[in-house]
Order: sequence, then C-alpha cells, then structure tokens
Amino acid sequence: MMSASKPLIAIVDYGMGNLHSVTKAFELVAEQQAHIVLTADPAVVASADKVVFPGQGAMPDCLRELNASGLKQAVLDAAASRPFLGICVGAQLLFEHSEEGDMDCLGLFKGRVVKFKPENMHDAQGQKLKVPHMGWNEMFIRREHPLWHGINDGERFYFVHSYHFAPTTDAETVIESAYPDRFAVCVARDNIFAIQCHPEKSHSAGLQLLKNFVNWKLSF
Amino acid sequence: MPLAKRIIPCLDVTAGRVVKGVNFLELRDAGDPVEIARRYNEQGADELTFLDITASSDDRDLILHVIEAVASQVFIPLTVGGGVRKADDVRRLLNAGADKVSINTTAVSNPEVVEQAASRFGSQAIVVAIDAKATDATNSRWEVFTHGGRRPTGLDAVEWALKMQQLGAGEILLTSMDRDGTKIGFNLPLTQAVSDAVDIPVIASGGVGNLQHLVDGVKIGHADAVLAASIFHFGEYTVRQAKEAMQAAGIEMRL
Repeated sequence: MMSASKPLIAIVDYGMGNLHSVTKAFELVAEQQAHIVLTADPAVVASADKVVFPGQGAMPDCLRELNASGLKQAVLDAAASRPFLGICVGAQLLFEHSEEGDMDCLGLFKGRVVKFKPENMHDAQGQKLKVPHMGWNEMFIRREHPLWHGINDGERFYFVHSYHFAPTTDAETVIESAYPDRFAVCVARDNIFAIQCHPEKSHSAGLQLLKNFVNWKLSF
Repeated sequence: MPLAKRIIPCLDVTAGRVVKGVNFLELRDAGDPVEIARRYNEQGADELTFLDITASSDDRDLILHVIEAVASQVFIPLTVGGGVRKADDVRRLLNAGADKVSINTTAVSNPEVVEQAASRFGSQAIVVAIDAKATDATNSRWEVFTHGGRRPTGLDAVEWALKMQQLGAGEILLTSMDRDGTKIGFNLPLTQAVSDAVDIPVIASGGVGNLQHLVDGVKIGHADAVLAASIFHFGEYTVRQAKEAMQAAGIEMRL
C-alpha cells in the first residue's frame, strides 16, 4: 500500500464541511509524490508528515466537533512541529478568540476573529458592500513566503466568509486583501501557514499554493 | 473595489446530462456535464450553477454523481439547486462536492429548512432562489412564485428576500419570470430593489440576450453576480468575451 518513501499528508476530518474538493485538489497537485489521506483518526494525524486543517460552517460548531472528535491534541502536536496548513475556519481557529459565539480558540496566533460590518461598508462609488464577502478578490504580498512561489502579487482567490482574523501584530501577515479596508488573509510562522480564503476553489493560482505546500521543506 | 463581480454559467441537468431548453418547448441533449463544466472553467467562469430538473425521483441521485465528477476536476465554486426538500438533501449535495446549495420551493413551504441548513452548514453554503413576477404593468412590486414558476404565493419578493437573509441565507439567486427566456435583459427595477434591500449578495438571472444586459445587471441592477445560460450554451459568446465586455464597461472582473 504505502511506500515508505512518500510523505503522508493528512487532511483532518472532524466532521465540518465539504472536504471532497480539498482532497481532490491535493490528489491532483501531489502527482503521486505524496499520499493524501482524509482522516478522522488521531493516530494517522500523529503519523503524518504534513497536516491540512480545513473547516467550514459556524465556528462554535467547528470547535465543538474538534473537541468531541478527539483530534484536537493531534492537531496541536502537528502545528507545533510539522508543515501545517489551516484553511478558512481551520485558519480562524488558530487565533486566540472569536466574536462568533464569543469563544476562545486554539491561540497559536495572537489576535481575534471579527465580523465584517456591512452597515459601515461601501465601495468607491458609494455602493454598499455585501456580507458574506463572496467572490474573487485580490491578494497583496506583504512578505515573501515559500507557499506563494509562482503566484503573482494581485492574483485573485475565491473568498466566502463573514468573519475574518485580525492579528494583533502584522509581523506574521504574509498576504492581505481589501474589503473595503485592508485585512490579513494569510499569516505564517515557522511551520504554520493559515489562509482565510479557499485555495481549493481558486483555480490555477489556488492549486499552485497547494502544490507549494506539498513541496514545502522547512528550512530551520 | 477590488472584489470582482461574478459571471456564473447555469447548466440544467436531467438524468445526468446537460440539456438546453428552446422556449421551454423542447429539451435537447447538450452533452456531458463534466465536459461542459471544464469548458466554462477554462473560459474563466467565476462559479458554476447546476440546476437539477430531473422529473423522476428515481433519477435524483444522478446529480450527486455529476457533482462528484465535476468537483474532482474543476476547482471553482459549484452551486447546486433543484429538488432540495430537507436539510439532509443539503448535506448530501455538499458531501458530493457542492459548495453552495440553492433552495427555492421548500424555502416557501418550509422556511425552517433554510434556518436549519444555515445553522448546520453555515450561511455561506445556503442560497435561496427567488422566482419573482411583477404584480402589474408598473413593474414596481413583485410576487414570489414556486414550483418552477407555476404557483403564486402572495409573498412580496423584496420582503421575502429580507426574511431569507434573516433566516440565514448567504446569497439570493433572483430570477425574473417576466424576463426569463425573453433575451431582452434583466428586470432591472426588481434586481435593484432586492439588491439594495439586503446585505447579502444577489445574483441576477432571467432575460440575458447580450453582453450589455450583463453590464446593466451590475451597474443599474446593483447585482453582485450575473447568471446566464443560453448566451453561453448556444455559443453566441464565451464567458471570457462576457468578462472582457464587463471590464471594458468599468466593472471589476477577474480576468
């Protein structure tokens, strides 16, 4: 079955959201160079070389399911040492606190998850901006990062969210977008990369990011 | 604004095949859903919407296979509508690879399904489809219809859209029945009234015959996205041509 030479990338399935697309996208970009496994088994997550932590839906439900699944410790252990990719709510959960459900999260990044407030949001023509922030928006590079290799400054990715993370410091912000104000889309530190939008739904640029994660070698 | 307006080709699917309707009279086989989805994806479609128009409940599960196959090859957002009656139907479509599920008739007959589905799967996954028709020639009030536009409900379309937002819908797919199939353009007063009333995104649908209609839907109708079927299916325009025309008109697009 599994050859020892191929790295194992575990996609953590704690019962929240559609993981079909993220799994298929990883299988496509891995091109037989890595085993992609969608798993709810803490032992598999513990044995994986890299871990993908997705999440969709309401954040309190995600946190509750993560706790109930018995996967939380395996996720924290992976985030402490191995290449780790948080996507959407999986990225939000890495912060300290969320306005959604007023709850504490995993606290790996300093900052809060806050809601877009549509009553205060207008575009340059005075048209009101809708929430959820839904559609293709531009990604602006704040810091170089290996996962952004081959992706242009200003490239568009697909977003669909009403809440976003607001880091306390911008020292770990890699990518920003604007709606209408600038906000952090990707934060990174050491082995962890967290992205608010959906690379698995962002056409070739999104697939490039996932491919970069498959190829990512930690350099420390 | 950097957020791009979206162009969404719509595919009618029955018994696992895409069909094209000609004035509602005849349905012609238009091909394999995966192949057509790939073509629109290559042309730069921002999302795809699949409408399951399968009449027989025996064939209902075929749409799940279609979505699974498309979601394995096309990495842009997919919306699926048609025949959604309970929150469990939403779950099955999401698990098959849909990103959003559109609810129409059931939203009227059973509004708590919208509420349940939004709280279980998140508002971002729930689209409410509204089929609306002007109540009189002034085109200033619009009534919601269900059952594929056959049954009047007495509900006001703008109030209904607000109610759906309140129950947790993340987006409104708004179809003008007066314009659907006419090719004379969106019902712009309807589109603007609904889009200005709600805080969630609105997709305009029904009546597109040329590229200026798409521009008008965004600029005059204030739509966040535009949906079209026949102008793309019959090869009159590619999605890319439509996006270029919208960008030339000053609309923010992903190109």
